[in-house]
Amino acid sequence: MSVIVNGQAVEAAPRPGQCLRTFLRDTGHFGVKKGCDAGDCGACTVLLDGEPVHSCLIPAFRADGKAVTTIEGLASEDGLHPMQQAFLDAQAFQCGFCTAGMIVTCASLNQAQKKDLDAALKGNLCRCTGYRAIEDALLGMAHVEQVAAGEAFGHSLPAPAGPDVVRGQARYTFDTAIDGLLHVKLVRSPHAHARITSIDKTAALALPGVHAVLTHEDAPGLLFSTARHEQAWMDPADTRVLDDVVRFIGQKVAAVVAETEAAAEEACRRLVVDYEILPAVIDPADAIAPGAPIIHAGRGSAHRIADVSRNIVAESHGEFGDVAAALASAAATYEGTFTTQRVQHAALETHGGLAWLDDAGVLTVRSSTQVPFLTRRALAEIFELAPDKVRVFCERVGGGFGGKQEMFVEDILALAALKTRRPVKLELTREEQFIATSTRHPMRVTVKAGADKDGRLTALQLDVLSNTGAYGNHAGPVLFHACGESISVYNCPNKKVDAIAAYTNTVPAGAFRGYGLPQTTFAVEAAIDELASQLGIDPFEMRRRNIVRPGDPMLAPPGSEHSDVLYGSYGLDQCLDLVERAMAESTAAPELSPEWLTGDGIALTMIDTVPPDGHIADATISLRDDGGFTLTVGTAEFGNGTSTVHRQIAATVLGTTVDRITLKQSDTAHGGHDTGAYGSTGTFVAGRATQAAAEALADKITRFAADRWKIDATGCRIADEAVSCGAQRLSFASIASLSEEQLSASGNSQGTPRSVAFNVQGFRVAVNKHTGVVRILKSVQAADAGRVANPMQCRGQIEGGVAQSLGAALYEEVVIDDTGRVVNPKFRDYHLPSYADVPRTEVLFAETTDAIGPLGAKSMSESPYNPVAAALGNALRAATGIRFTAVPFKPDRLFQQLQETFGD
Amino acid sequence: MDLNTITEVVRPRTRAELPSWKAGDAWLAGGTWLFSEPQAQLSRLIDLSDLAWTPLAISDQGLGIAATCSVAALDALQCPAEWTAAPLIDQCCRAFLASFKIWKTATVGGNLCMSLPAGPMISLLAALEGVCTIWKTDGSEQRIAVVDFVTGNNRNVLAPGDLLRQIDIPLAALKRRTAFRQIALTPVGRSGALLIGTAGREADLLLTVTGSTIKPLQLRFSTMPDANTLRASLLSDVPDALYHDDVHGKPAWRKAMTLRLAEEIRAELAGLRP
Repeated sequence: MSVIVNGQAVEAAPRPGQCLRTFLRDTGHFGVKKGCDAGDCGACTVLLDGEPVHSCLIPAFRADGKAVTTIEGLASEDGLHPMQQAFLDAQAFQCGFCTAGMIVTCASLNQAQKKDLDAALKGNLCRCTGYRAIEDALLGMAHVEQVAAGEAFGHSLPAPAGPDVVRGQARYTFDTAIDGLLHVKLVRSPHAHARITSIDKTAALALPGVHAVLTHEDAPGLLFSTARHEQAWMDPADTRVLDDVVRFIGQKVAAVVAETEAAAEEACRRLVVDYEILPAVIDPADAIAPGAPIIHAGRGSAHRIADVSRNIVAESHGEFGDVAAALASAAATYEGTFTTQRVQHAALETHGGLAWLDDAGVLTVRSSTQVPFLTRRALAEIFELAPDKVRVFCERVGGGFGGKQEMFVEDILALAALKTRRPVKLELTREEQFIATSTRHPMRVTVKAGADKDGRLTALQLDVLSNTGAYGNHAGPVLFHACGESISVYNCPNKKVDAIAAYTNTVPAGAFRGYGLPQTTFAVEAAIDELASQLGIDPFEMRRRNIVRPGDPMLAPPGSEHSDVLYGSYGLDQCLDLVERAMAESTAAPELSPEWLTGDGIALTMIDTVPPDGHIADATISLRDDGGFTLTVGTAEFGNGTSTVHRQIAATVLGTTVDRITLKQSDTAHGGHDTGAYGSTGTFVAGRATQAAAEALADKITRFAADRWKIDATGCRIADEAVSCGAQRLSFASIASLSEEQLSASGNSQGTPRSVAFNVQGFRVAVNKHTGVVRILKSVQAADAGRVANPMQCRGQIEGGVAQSLGAALYEEVVIDDTGRVVNPKFRDYHLPSYADVPRTEVLFAETTDAIGPLGAKSMSESPYNPVAAALGNALRAATGIRFTAVPFKPDRLFQQLQETFGD
Repeated sequence: MDLNTITEVVRPRTRAELPSWKAGDAWLAGGTWLFSEPQAQLSRLIDLSDLAWTPLAISDQGLGIAATCSVAALDALQCPAEWTAAPLIDQCCRAFLASFKIWKTATVGGNLCMSLPAGPMISLLAALEGVCTIWKTDGSEQRIAVVDFVTGNNRNVLAPGDLLRQIDIPLAALKRRTAFRQIALTPVGRSGALLIGTAGREADLLLTVTGSTIKPLQLRFSTMPDANTLRASLLSDVPDALYHDDVHGKPAWRKAMTLRLAEEIRAELAGLRP
């Protein structure tokens, strides 16, 4: 067939069942992305004869004789399409994976559609931004600042990848063509718990194009955790690359490596697997009850599993003071049990990667990961390779949210590459993403709280049951974190924690933005409001009477040996004031019938700026001959914006502009170490390493100039891309040419001491007492991010966090039936917030400067997510008088209690 | 997504060229559902495009809609002024979970044949008293009301090899007054209940319940009922077992919303409220 793609004739024969999306990618148009491959997300949008369509749904043969425009073809020779420029000016992207489809769609809208974006954008999902910046792009608003040399930090500079992102030229994991590539497809377990008794490969291997069928017999025996942490002891060793026991529906059983995806799929269907079905347990309370099936039989404390016989992977118990006595004598008490559901990260780029052996025999893995260095470490251990014989890297990653602080595909890729000695690719489908990667930990949290008549907390107790699913990746650290800052933010003499993470035969839970805190904060912040209500104290005032302030110990039982969390800065008081003031301001309210009940609610959250027990980052920076710099960091970019911030830090320290800093990142081949882009550390830890490296290089450059002038360096200063002393001036370029060797320096951060960051969320809601429909009339979030490195980007992180959390609070739920099967593994049944679902959030910043973070900055990526469900629950309580204790707050869930209270 | 088991696409131009139906065949109209899920059981697609059916035909009998008419084409139809029911077309198109981009490809007939409770073309065509024409494999034709075409969640009267050819809407139905109500768990989400009422000059009422039930249901009243009569009819004619249960709405909520929206429609058509 013949099709004109971006003005060029393409002559190629599509396969009979091929869709236009893969046809375009096969012909080199990598700007066409796969978010869902099912028509739900819009990332693959192209123009077909000028009309926007989802190319994943278009049979390729139907493009015959037509003209296709992809994102790559939108710009003309004269420059960017106006919509591309608008997205750049407003910085209307974070990870940028949805951006190509978003821009193509927006570029096609007529004036009427632009006035009704709720409808016009319902076919385009963005998981990062919360859509405000996208709306701004459509409105033609510009947010990008231009600043002079040395002044980058603290200003709204654009992301360095922006021009490539809006052109569809930023390279994500699969946006590369490799000759001789083989494709990996996985056979997955149909059973929640079973032992594999035999696998007959004969029919599969007989298929043309099939190179290998890999099973547990081919896999190394080493047990590990898919969770990646600096310290391996944080997670249980309970996982094999391929196991002979399957513990959830969807667990990988075998991998087929073939010339084409079609051949690999067909071979998967022809593989004959016999199972001995084992008893399964789906509910976590059942799982820890006596007599429950044991999910990890034969393993134990050596594998860092707390109590195998009770399916308890991790637990935590402790008490400060005497909670029971305090509750007995309290003026007000509250007890409630709160449940949070299973939610999925839904990064638009699915997990996956490519692996090959390079010319030197180095196992090379290009993957969609937040943790290239820790993945390299795991692969080296599992496959018994020297660390320098393994390279892991990523270019741009299409969203993470914690889901890529795991090794879900790299182990299989490595096994396949090592077995076949060929380059291999594994790209998970959206369905696999739902049934077989990880989710947030569902938790059941019982909170008991008491206060004296003045509203001072006297007792605070958490009883937590966390469901980690079939494997214990992140089970313990999430549980401990959940029971940490959620209660250590309050002064209270009597505190108690009993917490258990249970195995069940369900898809594993793992790291997820907020890392346990959203689940417990939902309960704790409800309890604070309930006590305030009983005592007749305003919710803001109640919190002011109880929050920790500098000097107060931040305590959560059983306590820990960590004493490195400090008040590097403190802005919680400001955050409360900012939200109180903003909520009090009158805003335009829609006309609502008496069926609608309105109310305000707030919640606060504190987060340690670094995970405990070490988070390490190395950075190096070199002066180039042209007077610019090359900065090498290990931390990955997946929409978190750290690439922007690192350049700002280096440019500020070195008296230059960000465009003079070339960033190399997230590649183990660059040397050094980086624990990874998780735990909100991309700025706070890795940025500190960049600052240290830049300061060391500034020092070297200054001394070089001073030596040359034969003066003392203390009189010299760096500014405007030069060193100067009085009238003498040496440009960086001159220094580079005069120096015999390249001037470079390195910096390191060990992630300690740590600081604390704060967020306060306020909502005004309206609830229809007969339908259960919730409308958000006002949303305000105040954040204490220290000195804000990039206000535009930080605002975007907060808006995106609120939007993602609203999804979890209002809509999203991975539903698992009583056999352990995920019922809704697709976006049309798992509702991500679209443009119409997300209110604008007013973002306010506290004015603080952190003593520990780089140039005074603090983390601000996970924590905006954390107070949202809690604040919404409190607003619903204020509106209706009903304490809703389970998320999501869907109309059909709220309906029953509303009807009982208010009638038909 | 790629349908990798497909080995052949045939493109008949006339009914005579339709191949004999065999296991592994699927009709390809817009393909927006077909290409949205794995279809490993399929090996051949029979593309209906080249049959070149006239998408929309207005006559003094009413409106004929080819099964392959795209949703966008229907939405763009310039309706005669006397078609007072015309606003339903836009209202039902907007009730799609899918966006305008999908409407360009998705077909009216495809939505009927999917037979999902929330299929808004089912709502529209049932409310407008549409009649389906089905081409049977033996060369004969079958005519059946849209409301009877869908028999359950993802179920309909089609036998293997049957092909939905078109839907005819009688002129009288297009000249009725209408009221439309829809509710979903999210602002622009999949319908949890979608009800349409139509009234003629005699102030009768035809109430079509979709979205909340596993198949469309119609209640006919020769005169406009009062609120209690309507409620009692719904409670007796729509048994609880017919309320759909999935992630887009629990049955108890769907039932309550059905009663509520029905009363809003009644009140609107009775002139009691806008």
